[in-house]
Amino acid sequence: MKAFTYERAHSAQQAARAAQQHPQAKFIAGGTNLLDLMKHQIETPTHLIDVNHIGLDQIEKTPDGGLRIGALVRNTDLASHPEVRKNYPVLSRALLAGASAQLRNKATTAGNLLQRTRCPYFYDTTKPCNKRKPGSGCAAIGGYERNLAILGTSEACIATHPSDMAVAMRVLDATVQTVAPDGARRSLALAQLHRLPGQTPQLETNLKAGELITSVTLPKPLGGRQTYSKVRDRASYAFAAVSMAAIQMPDGRFRFAFGGLAPKPWRVEAAESQSQPPAVAEVVLAGARSSSQTDYKKTLTARLIASALKGGNPL
Amino acid sequence: MKFTAPAEHNPIDQLKVVGHPHDRIDGRAKVTGTAAYAYERHQVAPQAAYGYMLGSAIAVGKITRLDTSQAEKAPGVLGVVTYKNAGRLKKSKSHASRLLAGPNVEHFDQAVALVVAETFEQAREGAKRLHIEYTSWPGRFDLAAEKVRAVPPKSNPMSGPPDTRVGDFESGFAQSPVQVDSTYTTPDQSHMMMEPHASIAAWHGDQLLVWTSNQMIAWAVRDLSETLSISPQKIHVSSPFIGGGFGGKLWIRADAVLAALGARLVKRPVKVALARHQIPNNTTHRPATIQRVRLGASKDGHIQAIAHDTTSGNLNGFREERAGSQSRLLYAGPNRLITHRLATLDLPEGNAMRAPGEAVGHLASEVALDELAVQLKMDPVELRLLNDIQFDPEKGPQRPFSSRKLKECLSEGARRFGWERRHPQPGQVREGNWLIGHGVASALRNSPTLESAARVRINSSGQLTVETDMTDIGTGSYTILAQTAAEMLGVPLHHVTVKLAESHFPVSCGSGGQFGGNSSCSGVYAACLRLRNALAHKAGWDVETTTFSDGHMSSAGQTRSLGEVAGPKGLSAQDKIEFGDSQKKWVQASFGAHFVELGVHRISGETRVRRLLGVFACGRILNPKTARSQLLGAMAMGLGAALMEGLAVDTRYGNFVNHDLAEYHVPVHADIPHTEVVILEELDDKSSPLKAKGVGELGICGLGAAIANAIYNATGVRLRDYPFTPDRLLSQLPPV
Ligand SMILES: Cc1cc2nc3c(=O)[nH]c(=O)nc-3n(C[C@H](O)[C@H](O)[C@H](O)COP(=O)(O)OP(=O)(O)OC[C@H]3O[C@@H](n4cnc5c(N)ncnc54)[C@H](O)[C@@H]3O)c2cc1C
Ligand code: SF4
Repeated sequence: MKAFTYERAHSAQQAARAAQQHPQAKFIAGGTNLLDLMKHQIETPTHLIDVNHIGLDQIEKTPDGGLRIGALVRNTDLASHPEVRKNYPVLSRALLAGASAQLRNKATTAGNLLQRTRCPYFYDTTKPCNKRKPGSGCAAIGGYERNLAILGTSEACIATHPSDMAVAMRVLDATVQTVAPDGARRSLALAQLHRLPGQTPQLETNLKAGELITSVTLPKPLGGRQTYSKVRDRASYAFAAVSMAAIQMPDGRFRFAFGGLAPKPWRVEAAESQSQPPAVAEVVLAGARSSSQTDYKKTLTARLIASALKGGNPL
Repeated sequence: MKFTAPAEHNPIDQLKVVGHPHDRIDGRAKVTGTAAYAYERHQVAPQAAYGYMLGSAIAVGKITRLDTSQAEKAPGVLGVVTYKNAGRLKKSKSHASRLLAGPNVEHFDQAVALVVAETFEQAREGAKRLHIEYTSWPGRFDLAAEKVRAVPPKSNPMSGPPDTRVGDFESGFAQSPVQVDSTYTTPDQSHMMMEPHASIAAWHGDQLLVWTSNQMIAWAVRDLSETLSISPQKIHVSSPFIGGGFGGKLWIRADAVLAALGARLVKRPVKVALARHQIPNNTTHRPATIQRVRLGASKDGHIQAIAHDTTSGNLNGFREERAGSQSRLLYAGPNRLITHRLATLDLPEGNAMRAPGEAVGHLASEVALDELAVQLKMDPVELRLLNDIQFDPEKGPQRPFSSRKLKECLSEGARRFGWERRHPQPGQVREGNWLIGHGVASALRNSPTLESAARVRINSSGQLTVETDMTDIGTGSYTILAQTAAEMLGVPLHHVTVKLAESHFPVSCGSGGQFGGNSSCSGVYAACLRLRNALAHKAGWDVETTTFSDGHMSSAGQTRSLGEVAGPKGLSAQDKIEFGDSQKKWVQASFGAHFVELGVHRISGETRVRRLLGVFACGRILNPKTARSQLLGAMAMGLGAALMEGLAVDTRYGNFVNHDLAEYHVPVHADIPHTEVVILEELDDKSSPLKAKGVGELGICGLGAAIANAIYNATGVRLRDYPFTPDRLLSQLPPV
């Protein structure tokens, strides 16, 4: 771990200002991802801005009937919030399918969105990795790729975004609110938060340096039948091989978003106008690039879709 | 004492203390955090500096540049150990490769440096500032590809020759009307014990003191002595608490050697713990296997021919995985062929992990038996009962089993499990999206015994102290050794103090190969017999007529307290147990049967176990509570081997990729369903004076095969490549 300085911010403005003064700074929330990365010197911030005391830990109704989730709301609290359980059950289920109880007690809403990939080569500093060291190559391609992405990838990187929560938020059309170091506030669709790797896999989001997430907003409840199906190698405490957030809307139409397939929560709205399972799967998986190790992800995705469309509760 | 004839009635048979489910006597210390593990023994070396090990970034090749100057200048850094300043290090016979690389590198993450600093963080940061360049050479990392070059390995004293042949397998097999010929693969596995390898070392003049986490104290002294070329008398090893080992701590590793070298360099005690991610590649692992099993049977189910051919690989051709061990002994059959082949690989060292040989051997042989049952259209329990045998099938009736209750385990298990309700046709039972299946497998684990010594002292208040270099790796050694001594001298359990794992104590068998409990308690038994003699002698009584109970000894109508007889100076006795040729005369093994109910998800291919039952017969149970924990834990580990455990080899770089507990999956609570452990009563008078056998490794044997067999019963899909993650099943499941 590189030596770093530390400060505790007491408001979002203060955190943003601190980020302005320290261009090499990182925000730290639950620390469940950042600290691991710092120990391996994959992240080497010179300054940490602790955002755990800036408030933003409330869940409130918005005037138009949606829900605003503070950036510092812990995963456990979000999953168990009565409003979420009642009106956004897919989100509650996705959260509970993630990590372990101990981790969820620490993990925050913003930290979860911005957690980095679990690609094992990203964590092994003896191997080339374009995300860790731009231009060094990608050790994962042609190596142990079984858990990596098949959609939205590039020759430079095939890492997945590992979050379960984000997949549910994507299917719910969530938006993300931020404040920049200069104090400017903006809101962007969750779909716009994460970037695809292209030639610059080190750039994972469209946030600017020092831009702080303050909240995530869910539109008003969609109703319908909501499920989160997470396929994994053990019953708990494992990242998704493939996960699917599915909503059968009151009008009978479906919405799907997927985890474990891509560098961001994967949703292809065009697929949702199809009604036959193979057609939906085909549109979702259009452009998929898989290897003998990851071919199964296509099969699995198609099976999950078919099962949901046939009215089953996939898992 | 020499154990040559079957044990007669002896003080252990009183079962006043032995055989009772006492809580661990070290339990309070452990749950209150006062049991100090190697890295936390601050009181032995309060000034210890911190060492951080850096492993090689390549698998095979050479260090071409080694610049430690930036690291040495880093804040807090006290010194850097590398091959350039370490002095001459030898490779001990216990190790496949050297524990410090340079200039040549033999495997990925082989230690290349130890950075010693005032704090752990400074040491780790120092390690990042080492500048090391390598030239990489091509290596052999793919077992399947190297199989053609595999050779017969050497014989070894514990498991005998690599190949055995009885009758004529080829014609026996050819003439069998029913045949199975299947090949199975098992991956490399990591021990992933809770406590990583850790050591503190200090030099007192020319004496080396090592506080470490090690299963075999005398071997640790021997291997440190060989590696560092120091006389064993100058080496002192201490390891009273061990947070799990599973065989990964049978031999010292780089942490101990580097701590010693670091302490010599900076003239201060040094502590070193491996980081979690260093464990799979820097230390040892269970090697992967390719196993071909052929079974030939008559139409009525009698096995006529058994062949089990195993190929494994290892660094520098070090040692093979004896996966055919159980196939030598489990079932009858006149024509038999068991072979082992060893390929040379440049992966890290493969070595013993819980039930080496049998644990992965059953994953093939007990699935092959299920395949035979399917072909015969015979119930798999019945097939196993039919082919039971009460003597060594290779050596004949002149070498009977010391005890063998496999049939009883199978029958009792079938009854308790409700086996008769299992649907014999695969793919017939469905609950919602779950395809339900049931499976069975036998379990056999050899039960070796090893020489083991102990010293027992009694003081004037009748308190006993047991001293032996035996270890407790979380198994319960402290407790069963105390129970043995309490029984032998007739004192309450809380009057016994057990001191373990110091190299100046009498040399025990250590913990491994499931010989620890039986052998070390027999050592304490022998020492206690001596102490009884000494007490009787001091009292002037005939030991044959003296009884020991309630803290007193009585003979011919007289009774005296033990403390009074021991006198103000106390009394002490030491002895060891030697097992002579008892293992030659009798085959010694413990037995069991596993029954599994599971569901395979019809859509996702996920397998989730619902119900596990293990019925075991493993001699006298010294403590039902600790024995049950061993069996239960081993069953959980067997479940992991079947469904999720496996090191992923990157054959380009020559390393194990999934090197931490987030990526190397072991079962979590949610994976372990209702598990029932049943232990049948059994006394084995030919195994030891305790009449006990090995317990610790039995439970892992066969459980994974029962899972494979249950998956077949659930789906009709026969899986032969472990572990059975969803992707292995998916393509063979019916469409949604
Ligand atoms: C073993 C293990 C298993 C796991 N399993 C799963 C799983 O199955 N599914 C799953 O979804 N997740 C899983 N996780 C990941 C876990 O959900 C994340 O680590 C966690 O959500 C991160 O939240 P945090 O608050 O601790 O983030 P931190 O580690 O504090 O921060 C993560 C990143 O977010 C940035 N950040 C934090 N807050 C803000 C903010 N307000 N504005 C801008 N940037 C910010 C930080 O600078 C940092 O870059 C697992 C983690 C571990 C260690
Ligand atoms: S897939 Fe991406 S994160 Fe993984 S090694 Fe390649 S570049 Fe790095």
